Amino acid sequence: MRLTINGQHHDIDASADMPLLWVLRDLVGLTGTKFGCGAALCGACTVHIDGVATRSCVLPASAVVGKQITTIEAIGGTPLGKKIQDAWVAEDVPQCGYCQSGQIMSATALLKTTPKPSNAEIDSAMNGNICRCGTYSRIRKAIHRAAEG
Amino acid sequence: MTTSQSNRRDFIKSSGLAAGGLWVGVSLPLAGRLAEAASVAAPPTPVTAFVKVAADNQITLIIPKSEMGQGVFTGLAQAVADELEVDWQKITVESAPVAEVYHLPFVPSQFTGGSSSIAGSFAAMRKAGATARLLLIHAAADTLGVPASELQAEHGMVIHAASGRRLPFGTLAAHAATLPTPQDPPLKDPSQWRYIGKDMPRVDSRVKSTGKALFGLDVRLPNLHFAVVARAPTFGGRVASLDSSAAKAVPGVIAIKEVPSGIAVIAKHTWAALQGRKALKVQWQDGAGATFSTSQLAKDYAEKVKQSSMVVHTLGNPSAVTTGEHLEADYVTPYLAHAPMEPLNCAVDFNATGCDVYTGTQFQTGDRAAAAFVAGLNPEQVRIHTTYLGGGFGRRANPASDFVREAVSVAKDFGAPVMTVWSREDDIQGGYYRPQAHNRMTATLAADGKPLLWTHTQAVQSLTRGTPLEKMVTDPKTGVERLQHEGASTMPYQIPNVQVSVHDGRAPVPVLWWRSVGHSNTAFAVESFIDECAHAAGIDAISYREALLAEHPRHLATLKLAADKAQWGKKLPAGRAHGVAIHEAFNSVVAEIAEVSLVDGRPHVHRVVAAVHCGIAVNPRLIESQIEGAICYGLSAALFGEITLEEGRVQQSNFNDYPPLRMAEMPAVEVHIVPSTDYPSGIGEPGTPPIAPAVANALFALTGIRARRLPLTHTSFSPTKPA
Ligand code: FES
Ligand code: FES
Repeated sequence: MRLTINGQHHDIDASADMPLLWVLRDLVGLTGTKFGCGAALCGACTVHIDGVATRSCVLPASAVVGKQITTIEAIGGTPLGKKIQDAWVAEDVPQCGYCQSGQIMSATALLKTTPKPSNAEIDSAMNGNICRCGTYSRIRKAIHRAAEG
Repeated sequence: MTTSQSNRRDFIKSSGLAAGGLWVGVSLPLAGRLAEAASVAAPPTPVTAFVKVAADNQITLIIPKSEMGQGVFTGLAQAVADELEVDWQKITVESAPVAEVYHLPFVPSQFTGGSSSIAGSFAAMRKAGATARLLLIHAAADTLGVPASELQAEHGMVIHAASGRRLPFGTLAAHAATLPTPQDPPLKDPSQWRYIGKDMPRVDSRVKSTGKALFGLDVRLPNLHFAVVARAPTFGGRVASLDSSAAKAVPGVIAIKEVPSGIAVIAKHTWAALQGRKALKVQWQDGAGATFSTSQLAKDYAEKVKQSSMVVHTLGNPSAVTTGEHLEADYVTPYLAHAPMEPLNCAVDFNATGCDVYTGTQFQTGDRAAAAFVAGLNPEQVRIHTTYLGGGFGRRANPASDFVREAVSVAKDFGAPVMTVWSREDDIQGGYYRPQAHNRMTATLAADGKPLLWTHTQAVQSLTRGTPLEKMVTDPKTGVERLQHEGASTMPYQIPNVQVSVHDGRAPVPVLWWRSVGHSNTAFAVESFIDECAHAAGIDAISYREALLAEHPRHLATLKLAADKAQWGKKLPAGRAHGVAIHEAFNSVVAEIAEVSLVDGRPHVHRVVAAVHCGIAVNPRLIESQIEGAICYGLSAALFGEITLEEGRVQQSNFNDYPPLRMAEMPAVEVHIVPSTDYPSGIGEPGTPPIAPAVANALFALTGIRARRLPLTHTSFSPTKPA
């Protein structure tokens, strides 16, 4: 199958049911997208499919043929993605950092549709992204900073 | 400032060739808590860090600590940058390979735990920086032909003010490396610090915000294969029979291999390995724990604590106290999984020179020895490459080295490098939990309401029995491990008669330290029960504690700061209440005041005001994030966290039934630091113990219902108590 990942075509030899997460990580070598639960419970694997935040761990790769797949590796190439990453650095959000790829992908999708989110809007957009290190309040601050900047 | 994750094999080689650069390694003066343990094992010349000044002015710090989110790379870089007089942006931080020179002073091991990352190495890092600075100044004195006293270091240069000449460190490094090492370089006065004590940005924020940070799971080696292991559903279980034909037929599966812990499925990618594992037909022979249940253990423990247990701490004459108001209560805490965000994993590459192990570990030395044992190699032939850790919380510091041992078994004789990956279900069900515990508390109050007598009897498993660490943490007189009763035997309240005893619990469940170790259990019991005493005495919870803490000025200052900032005693909106707890762990004292309400009958924590006494605050912003994180971690456990077993089988499996706190549940956390010039003390763990009792105490204030069992889902809280 042919996938369009970060604007580039990749010919992938995989079974139709193989989740996009493992295609990205183990076949394409894009390891920025993380494995946390494999069951759409934690958000670590969040990518954008045609701009929509999607859990790649339960998404068969065959379902996204012909769609635009964007990962953390490329999100900084967009002005919004860059602004969010800069806000993350300015607020020193990451602790262990493992959840942050997914957090940033969810935050970017949020700001795309809701440029000035309230705390409640942030909470509901980000509630699917677990952070075991407890960086939630800094994530909130960073989203506000990116929204203002 | 950057971090470097260059190939560690290159680093090992280049460390042998210091040509053109200056290397400074410094041993750690024993300080604080570490000194207490120093007599246990005579250290081999310990060196806790290296500072390298290269000819091109690049400054590299090699830090033998695992970066798992606690900010150790940042905090230690601050100490060095200040003493060396270099600019923050000029420093690169690397993690160290395993070598004896990196051993901790109190145990001949490279280990990250005990909240000692920054605290334990702060003095050494300052000294490393100061030594390098002095050597560079001496080199400049030779070069310029002026006395060293006319020179000073600033912004990475040695400056001769009288002549205006300035020499970059890099040009001096080669000569400095030939000079004798000064033994006691003067350290800067704290008033001159430029970085220490400041909110310096983390060195790893950028790589961790762009997907570039390399975690264990991200290691990619030529021809790397991926494996998952089917493990017995009961601890100690074994394979009785195996039919792997269907698994072998899964596209991408390369090999099925029996290893001591179960059946490994090795494949071209993780998905094939997972599918292959599903297709295995395994009959398991149950382990010794096949009849075990946590509910039965709770009943057994409740009986045991009524019988005589090993007394580990006594004050006064407890049995002589016969009159007064008698209180008693039992506090129960469950098994807990660490559930770090990055599931466990370990990549192993057997090659001509031995074996390379790539993993995010907190315990390099132990893992290397275990890997060598399984591989049939000498430890020197095994190289451990520490990646960033996607959370540790204790799980990646296992004296049994379970995930490393297993990965070496899987890769051995396979013919290509293999990464063994744990799924989240493997992580939740694979053991090594914070132990379940029972705490029986009694107190006798005098007429003035103060306790005359306090007893605390625990039933809990030992964390280190049968491991190489057992001797170091076990009292030879009682045979009881210190980690079981820390926080109970060290209870700070001034009470004339005290007895703390431990029933050494036995259960077929592997256990391990979990963020704050014994304290996460004992603080819940001690801080809830002192609250019960205050209530029985009819005295305000903070005043009551203060009256019993007169001999503990750090506790008093911390409690007062928290109370002031939370406006303790002020009327809260209807349906809200405050609760307080204070606890010392890893030499730091943390007080937390939680503001709670009930939402649909369930506890909700709106705000937590924390005050922290941790000595010199090396980086207040890091401290704030560690306390926020520790509260989140402890609150997840207090509200929902529980591992239960029935018929030896773990009942939970993923984040649906072992739910961590999510963003909407995260309270607003305020962190206030008590100003101090004491030596820095631990910060990664001490924020966790007080949160459960602070919340339970607040819920009692709100509802009159006392939660004595965690998680709080076991207690039903009726709506707000009538006024
Ligand atoms: S890994 Fe996909 S949601 Fe957790
Ligand atoms: S930063 Fe560690 S899980 Fe979020």
